[in-house]
Amino acid sequence: MTSSLTVHDLSVRFHLPGATVHAVSEASFEVRQGECLALVGESGCGKSVMAHALMGLLPGNATVSGSAWLRTEGAQPLDLIAAPEKVLARTVRGRRIGLVPQSPASHLTPVRTARAQLTEALRELGSQASADELAGRAGLDPAQLDRYPHQLSGGMAQRVVNAIALAGDPWLIVADEPTSGLDRPLVEATMAELRRLADDGRAVLLITHDLRAAEQVADHIAVMYASRVVSHAPAAEFFAGPRHPYAAGLLEALPSRSFVPISGRPPELTDLPSGCAFRPRCDRSTAACSDLPKAGPVACHHPLEHHVAR
Amino acid sequence: MLRADGITVAYGRQRVLRGADLEVVPGVVTGLAGPSGCGKSTLARVLALMLRPDAGSLSMDGTEIHRWRHRAARDLRTRVALIFQQPRLAVDPRLTLREIAEEPFHATGRPVEDLTDDVGLTPELLTRRPHEVSDGQLQRACVARALALKPRYVICDEMTTMLDASTQAHLVARLETYRKETGAGILAITHDEELLTRWTEPSGGPTVRMS
Repeated sequence: MTSSLTVHDLSVRFHLPGATVHAVSEASFEVRQGECLALVGESGCGKSVMAHALMGLLPGNATVSGSAWLRTEGAQPLDLIAAPEKVLARTVRGRRIGLVPQSPASHLTPVRTARAQLTEALRELGSQASADELAGRAGLDPAQLDRYPHQLSGGMAQRVVNAIALAGDPWLIVADEPTSGLDRPLVEATMAELRRLADDGRAVLLITHDLRAAEQVADHIAVMYASRVVSHAPAAEFFAGPRHPYAAGLLEALPSRSFVPISGRPPELTDLPSGCAFRPRCDRSTAACSDLPKAGPVACHHPLEHHVAR
Repeated sequence: MLRADGITVAYGRQRVLRGADLEVVPGVVTGLAGPSGCGKSTLARVLALMLRPDAGSLSMDGTEIHRWRHRAARDLRTRVALIFQQPRLAVDPRLTLREIAEEPFHATGRPVEDLTDDVGLTPELLTRRPHEVSDGQLQRACVARALALKPRYVICDEMTTMLDASTQAHLVARLETYRKETGAGILAITHDEELLTRWTEPSGGPTVRMS
């Protein structure tokens, strides 16, 4: 049996005074060992909240519904949404799911060496591996572990946080915007690291706004818009011709394509339009779009015709 | 023209810029490329009068710059605007988005004009504070702030690195509209070659490469 994470109908709401934020609505997807799934979307579409929901790291004013079954080889399946905090802390975080955080430089403690921080993670997780071994696994020269974070380049800092994420030998890696603020060569290096983790038999859930980074590493692309997963496709198919109008618009906005922004602006998550949330910005919308499209590979009433692969 | 000649800057003992030359010409987009750590952002800060170089000279429309930061004449200081890579580090977290965008009017005592509409922010968003909005929304407010006083030069330091493709295209288009309307000179700093080509091409501006 391969290990997998199956998210089904996951919804997250935040209750604010006078408003409810629809951060994630009925999201479903699956990620298996050896695969990388990229969850892409504009900033503020709810994709980071998804990562936090899976790790049990949401603030107290959040309500979560749906299920996220973590099926680990040789262990009972566990619903991450229903599991108590104690179980998540003792058996899941760091051990089955490793988090690669946004901005490695600010994630590391500036006054301690990389080795001290890595050793701490190993000790806390009761791992038998040595810091040097782990550094090697993350593509770091063990000598670099004795540096302080400010002495590390961006790429090295990235590998240090990767090594920490791998300390408890988790099979699922959740990478939340691991490249924001990095320059292109570093983005490419980071993506190559994630690909290597997937090729080593781990599962990678990459959360990013960067389509080009996703193209480099992902096997599947899920596109989120206004809290919903609106498109889900194998990467090659997606980049050859996305069928959801929003996904197509996002891809066309790249400088390497037509560089035209999608008209209008994304809706507020506190005030989502009824029916298809993309309807006000979509040039294909008709009366039918006031009904919510069925969730699936393409959540749209008028998907684009499939283009021929380039 | 905004013209830097032989700019040298050191942080402590570490020299980050050695004799850098650059010209930003009104009406065109000048590209500035180079790997991370080559001193692009430092040069941006010198050009925006925010950092006094250790050697070299800077002139703006023929006026030699001798004073920097708050000592610089207001007329010169407001003639150049800087847009930063990380909007979250470039705003006061206590202000609302509207207050952030309107800061330049208050700082210079000019009447407040409404300028946030064309960067794509709703009235509701303008009442929020930075922690309640996304990076893309915050950067839109920062672009509105940068354009508030109609600067003759706009320096965009990796302005869209943190943003999704659609927001990136939108903000670059906004700056292109501003350039065409006002004849401002834009310095586009980015290591993204595709973006650089797309952004500099329409005005036929040069690209300077640092190493």
